[in-house]
Amino acid sequence: MATKASRSAARLMMAPAVVLLLGWMLVPLIMTLWFSFRKYLPLRGGDLGWTGFDNYVRFVSSSAFWPAVQTTLVIVLGVLVITVVFGIFLAMLLDQPMWGQGVVRILVIAPFFVMPTVSALVWKNMFMDPVNGLLAHLWRFLGAEPVSWLSDASLSSIIMIVSWQWLPFATLILLTAFQSLDSEQLEAAEMDGAPKPQRFIYIILPHLSRAITIVILIQTIFLLSIFAEIFVTTGGAFGTRTLTYLIFQRVLESQNVGLGSAGGVYAIILANIVAIFLMRIVGKNLDA
Amino acid sequence: MARAVKTQRKLINTAVAWAIGLVIFFPILWTILTSFKTEAQAIASPPIFLGFDWTLENYAIVQERSDYMRFLWNSVIIAGGSTLLGLIVAVPAAWSMAFVPSKRTKDILLWMLSTKMLPAVGVLYPIYLICIELGVLDNRVALVVILMLINLPIIVWMLYTYFREIPGEILEAARMDGATLKEELLYILTPMAIPGIASTMLLNFILAWNEAFWTLNLTAVDAAPLTAFIASYSSPEGLFFAKLSAASTMAIAPILILGWFSQKQLVRGLTFGAVK
Repeated sequence: MATKASRSAARLMMAPAVVLLLGWMLVPLIMTLWFSFRKYLPLRGGDLGWTGFDNYVRFVSSSAFWPAVQTTLVIVLGVLVITVVFGIFLAMLLDQPMWGQGVVRILVIAPFFVMPTVSALVWKNMFMDPVNGLLAHLWRFLGAEPVSWLSDASLSSIIMIVSWQWLPFATLILLTAFQSLDSEQLEAAEMDGAPKPQRFIYIILPHLSRAITIVILIQTIFLLSIFAEIFVTTGGAFGTRTLTYLIFQRVLESQNVGLGSAGGVYAIILANIVAIFLMRIVGKNLDA
Repeated sequence: MARAVKTQRKLINTAVAWAIGLVIFFPILWTILTSFKTEAQAIASPPIFLGFDWTLENYAIVQERSDYMRFLWNSVIIAGGSTLLGLIVAVPAAWSMAFVPSKRTKDILLWMLSTKMLPAVGVLYPIYLICIELGVLDNRVALVVILMLINLPIIVWMLYTYFREIPGEILEAARMDGATLKEELLYILTPMAIPGIASTMLLNFILAWNEAFWTLNLTAVDAAPLTAFIASYSSPEGLFFAKLSAASTMAIAPILILGWFSQKQLVRGLTFGAVK
């Protein structure tokens, strides 16, 4: 149908977006790759030449590396489990008939719109502060000793903050999936005498599986690179240094660009492994 | 009988859902409430919920001390500028992909999505260096461009999924009736595309407003938006709860309101059309 002229016009219309993104991807990527093979200390002599894979080896063998990987995994997995499990529950609840559904939905979604620096600061000071925080008041009220959340239970506190931010996202997407559930199928199963748990496992969960996968993949990509929440609360102390934060420290705080760039390459590879799976699902959807 | 059971269930659902909704919303509510207290009341033990003397002085102090308006203005320029610029680049691209698809359209779309997966920290130094070399560190224009590039894949994708829903037959019919390309664009496509473009704009504005990696790392004073304004309260002013709350409320209020309008588009935009 499309004529030759409209084809070339189409190409021309696409060109700016493609060229810009290509530049945005390639230029920094090539620079990062280049720096990662060099000994580059901007404040201590600048570019000191070629070092081969030295930075890659040093980044992995530094004592901070494995703890950072572990921290990253704990945060990502913790947030995923909490948001998906509670997300399913909340979506199921919000899908039921009730009064004021619209308002409840707004209440539940609101945390997603709070900027990360604000939610981190509000949680850190007004809730988790061991003296004046609301949780400290609550603990004292219950007769318990207030907890210094961000130093004694730092990792769980961060998981808690980040989960609060991402629960709306999971809920919203799962709710959308719930709403496309075929209610006749459910009713038929109910008529045939399938008990509730079985209906949930055999009808609802399979229907949600795609939405759950998408929630997991998209959140993983964002969670792997959370930054502000750690920057504002602990600054990477108390065992909360993630891979992203470690690279940030290497590059901007200790100004060891070569080493940080090697870390950056690792982070890019890690993100791409997740991305491949996400792209497959999205790609399949495009054909449909 | 059945009806009574139904009403009873609805009542229970309502009660549980409202309770959970309020718990989730509570930190925001508490922040807003605290922003109207005096510092002493903000840390009073036991905490005061509503029975305090409402005051606006925190807002005045925050504005005076850290010049809220300047940060707000930077946020508006950076989020608004990057959204507009992104639309200018993305509308033609999404348009051509939706109406003149080729064999490579799908590959291009997926590739665009893949650039979004690039972890920012992986390219932090190169971008930092480029900004220094070009003399645009702590510069609003630089952030406009960078946030535009970050969100461009989402803008293209969202617009593409909206445009694809416009039926091609209408265009053919218009052509049959002798509409010129210009008329086709102006009177047929544009009105049909406006809702999609509007929701894309809204979601993108929100994403750019809340972006907190590049805005924290590439700004200092001149171009710092609200994300940085709040980060500056991390210490020691953070210990003044009422002022922190006022600053926080001012930083999130605009977007909270916009966000409520965009909840439907949120799903489509953030899942790249994979969940509708």
